[in-house]
Amino acid sequence: MADAKVIPFDDDRSRGGAQRPSRRRSGGAARRSAERAAAAGDGPVREPGAAERRAGRTRGTRDGGARRMEAAPEPLPEDRPEPRPEGRAEAASAQGGPAAHAPGAAPQPEEGARGDWDRRIAGGLAFLRRRLTGDYEVDEFGYDAELTDQVLMSMLRPLYEKYFRVTVKGIENIPAEGGALVVANHSGTLPLDGLMMQVAVHDNHPAGRHLRLLAADLVFHLPVVNELARKAGHTLACAEDAERLLRRGEVVGVMPEGFKGIGKPFSERYKLQRFGRGGFVSTALRAGVPIVPCSIVGAEEIYPMIGNARTLARVLGFPYFPLTPTFPWLGPLGAVPLPTKWTIQFGEPIPTEGYLPEAAEDPMLMFNLTDQVREQIQHTLYKLLVQRRSVFF
Amino acid sequence: MGRIVLVTGVARPLGGRLVRRIRRDPDVDRVIGVDAVPPAHPLGGAEFVRADIRRPAIARVLAEHAVDTVVHMDVTGTPLGSGGRASVKETNVIGTMQLLGACQKSPTVRRLVVKSSTSVYGSAPRDPAVFTETTPPKSLPSGGFAKDAVEVEGYVRGFARRRPDVAVCVLRFANILGPGADSPLAEFFSLPVMPTVFGYDPRLQFVHEDDVLDVLMLALDEPRRGTLNSGTFNIAGDGVLTLSQCSRRLGRPTMPVLLPAVTWLGSALRTVGVTDFSPEQIRLLTHGRVVSTVQMRETLGFAPRFTTAEAFADFARSKGPGLLPPELVAKAVDEVAAALPVRRAGDAEYQGAG
Repeated sequence: MADAKVIPFDDDRSRGGAQRPSRRRSGGAARRSAERAAAAGDGPVREPGAAERRAGRTRGTRDGGARRMEAAPEPLPEDRPEPRPEGRAEAASAQGGPAAHAPGAAPQPEEGARGDWDRRIAGGLAFLRRRLTGDYEVDEFGYDAELTDQVLMSMLRPLYEKYFRVTVKGIENIPAEGGALVVANHSGTLPLDGLMMQVAVHDNHPAGRHLRLLAADLVFHLPVVNELARKAGHTLACAEDAERLLRRGEVVGVMPEGFKGIGKPFSERYKLQRFGRGGFVSTALRAGVPIVPCSIVGAEEIYPMIGNARTLARVLGFPYFPLTPTFPWLGPLGAVPLPTKWTIQFGEPIPTEGYLPEAAEDPMLMFNLTDQVREQIQHTLYKLLVQRRSVFF
Repeated sequence: MGRIVLVTGVARPLGGRLVRRIRRDPDVDRVIGVDAVPPAHPLGGAEFVRADIRRPAIARVLAEHAVDTVVHMDVTGTPLGSGGRASVKETNVIGTMQLLGACQKSPTVRRLVVKSSTSVYGSAPRDPAVFTETTPPKSLPSGGFAKDAVEVEGYVRGFARRRPDVAVCVLRFANILGPGADSPLAEFFSLPVMPTVFGYDPRLQFVHEDDVLDVLMLALDEPRRGTLNSGTFNIAGDGVLTLSQCSRRLGRPTMPVLLPAVTWLGSALRTVGVTDFSPEQIRLLTHGRVVSTVQMRETLGFAPRFTTAEAFADFARSKGPGLLPPELVAKAVDEVAAALPVRRAGDAEYQGAG
């Protein structure tokens, strides 16, 4: 904590080249978003409600990007054009600029808008057609990339952008290629932090990487939840699955605190629990991938758990049954999370390729590395907490 | 001198095809097909011996013909003709015991190939996503064909210990599909409306019948250079299909049923005799099962010609269209697309997107 006090507010400096606004997707998607913005600027085209909604979404990210840019004291990277574009349309095309060529988006906004709508509808129908005829691929874990990109991420994004207003720092610490094990703290009664971390990586990583989360076996016992989890690329938190994913060069997300972390009382917020038995370290070592510590601030307060109905939990087969100031007293309304402001910081990767293969069997080394990862996450948590202005803003 | 091969379970279509295939192998002098009932299909010049492998007579057959290679195909989930689950279980378990006992006594047997199934891994939410040959099952199958397969493999392991001079190859096949498939899963896919478990979308893997024959031929021959064909191998096509994909590709609608009701519905269907919806089958259709085929490729040196999706497509073609053929659905979507006024300008784009 002593260290944390001397850290200045503009810690963003450490992010290096990450000041560019979040570039959500590359290629055609960027272009589409450019044209979508153009359409919105043009007034009601065909479906004004939808256009407005989309425009709002675009604006949301722009603002988020701008805010973060203002916080950054350093000059902007050179590949960006003039930092303050006028209209949204131009801003968006500037955003799309480096990622893709946007021919004819700005000069003829109306034409572009109509073409864009047609393309969107056509794309939607083509998607529907593929889904209805079963003409899509899933991997051996059941990960349905198309569904995740087009539907599941879009469903989580409002929560991510509007409700929790997640700020992401240090995304460049996740390597652009090859495997990596992202280790994060776990909190919030419901595993929303994992999902938000997944959206954060999906929407912010310049190489468009997908985070594959490891989930508790309870997830795969529950109907509907297990189906969605598999399709979103999650799999069971066991050494076999983790190693298989890492060897395939995927970015794997794990929360080693497990139920101890997510179901801890509100009074212990931001105190990391024991990191399992450190199995994640030996898995990373065997696969020879770096460990990226990740600290999530804001998830602890979404459901302040003031009590735990143990008997009820045992009857229902859950590891805990949370009692919050609102749940279950207000019924379903009490299950609405508090709109806290989140920060997700990815820390410096801890390399593991320097170790010999048999190091994975060395318990002392495992404990040391586990502690190192845990300390780094805990330290970053304190730092972020000191910087935080308030829980909700 | 060529080899003498004995094949059990030749009255089934797959066994019959295997016998005909072995007949064409120039290295093989004689093929002896064994089953309790005479086959309805031709055996292509192979000798058929009507013998029940549950009886000790099988030892005499082995000795009489000086058999050196035994292919045990009579490990199946469905009864042939009449007879219920009890007789299937007896053929699987007692038949295997008798056959292995006969092999142990026979001085001529050099090679044993056993058709097993990936159902020995069971299917549970706590299992890893992908099974390798060494993965211990989290929950052993409690009954049905999967339990038979576990027991058969247990006896085969015992035999391999007692006769180390015999090369033993256990092939764990994923769900076998193809135009002539007669497995419970093939029956399930033939239902006009497929009952599924609500809230679960299992991952399935298939292997095509032609690949089954190819890999059996590979296993009953001498190993090729750089490969080893004794041991236990998972055999499956590449890739994975989820049950929802299967139903859409078949064009057969699904009817999601809550898990407790599925068990009840399964037993009801079984009573009526529509399909063999055993508890083990329900577990497969709840949690799914995917196996690793690295050993098959690297140690056994076998590359299947059909992927899971291709094997399924071949099976789907043989089944004919369901209630909602994918072509019709696609056409309907196209018609909706054509009816939308917005789209006309973007025709060219649409072609590109589609």
